[in-house]
Amino acid sequence: MTIYLMCFILFLVGFYGVITKRDLVKIILSLAIMGYSTNLFLIIFAYRTGAHYPILEKGTSVTAMVDPLPQALVLTSIVIELGITALLVALAVRLYGKYKTFDITKIRRLLG
Amino acid sequence: MPVETWLTFVLGIMIIGSVVALELKDILSAIIAIGIVGLGVSVAFLFLQAPDLAIVQFLFEIFAIIILIKAFIKKDYHVETPSRINLYLSGITVIILVVIFIFSIPIFKSLPVFGEPLMTTSQYYLDNGAAETGAANLVSSIILDYRAYDTLGEVTVLFTAILGALTVLRIKSRTKMEKR
Repeated sequence: MTIYLMCFILFLVGFYGVITKRDLVKIILSLAIMGYSTNLFLIIFAYRTGAHYPILEKGTSVTAMVDPLPQALVLTSIVIELGITALLVALAVRLYGKYKTFDITKIRRLLG
Repeated sequence: MPVETWLTFVLGIMIIGSVVALELKDILSAIIAIGIVGLGVSVAFLFLQAPDLAIVQFLFEIFAIIILIKAFIKKDYHVETPSRINLYLSGITVIILVVIFIFSIPIFKSLPVFGEPLMTTSQYYLDNGAAETGAANLVSSIILDYRAYDTLGEVTVLFTAILGALTVLRIKSRTKMEKR
């Protein structure tokens, strides 16, 4: 319960950054924070007390393993996040080359 | 110490790191503070018995820091001038977020308790994964066999994102063309 709430606080910190910051770099960092907290929440949700990692070895039994399904899906999600960060950084660099600023209140013209 | 204590500790460090990253004026310090958060996620994955995810998260974090520093470090960085209206808006936003947090506590109470997951579909994968796919690592058996189309979609999304980034970086802007 406490851990869920702390994870949600981390998400809200990222959300606060997305809403209030006027700097493109800070907005990209806030989106990264939101992604981290979501991934971490899914993995926290999959933990079973006293269980071990889902890899079969000698002397291990399937009855004492953590949930492998969220781990597989989050593995996908982490890799996609890297691609999205790269795309956002590329867009921000292009905007900087055009406007010479990262301030989103000064990026107003919609010319190509 | 139990896992909960360690996780609370790591999550506290991550929250402090994210607040510091958002409030610092210097861009290099902000990016390095984001590194605290990402590596904290990696450590938390280790505590939660997910070694594959910890390795992938570590690599992701290093790549992300390299990309961010390489892209942003040579730009002359403007300093935000906090106006009074902006301060008011930040205060109102914090209050609204606190209200959202308070009202969302019952939702988290209705979730299963930490340490007791649902294990409905996953129990089938755990029981039959080794016999049906022949993989000792059950996470990779799910990624590459049961949910292989998910992985195909992931590769497509990653390819599209990288293609978009390369396209955006390669084209010459109209102002530069006119200057020539």
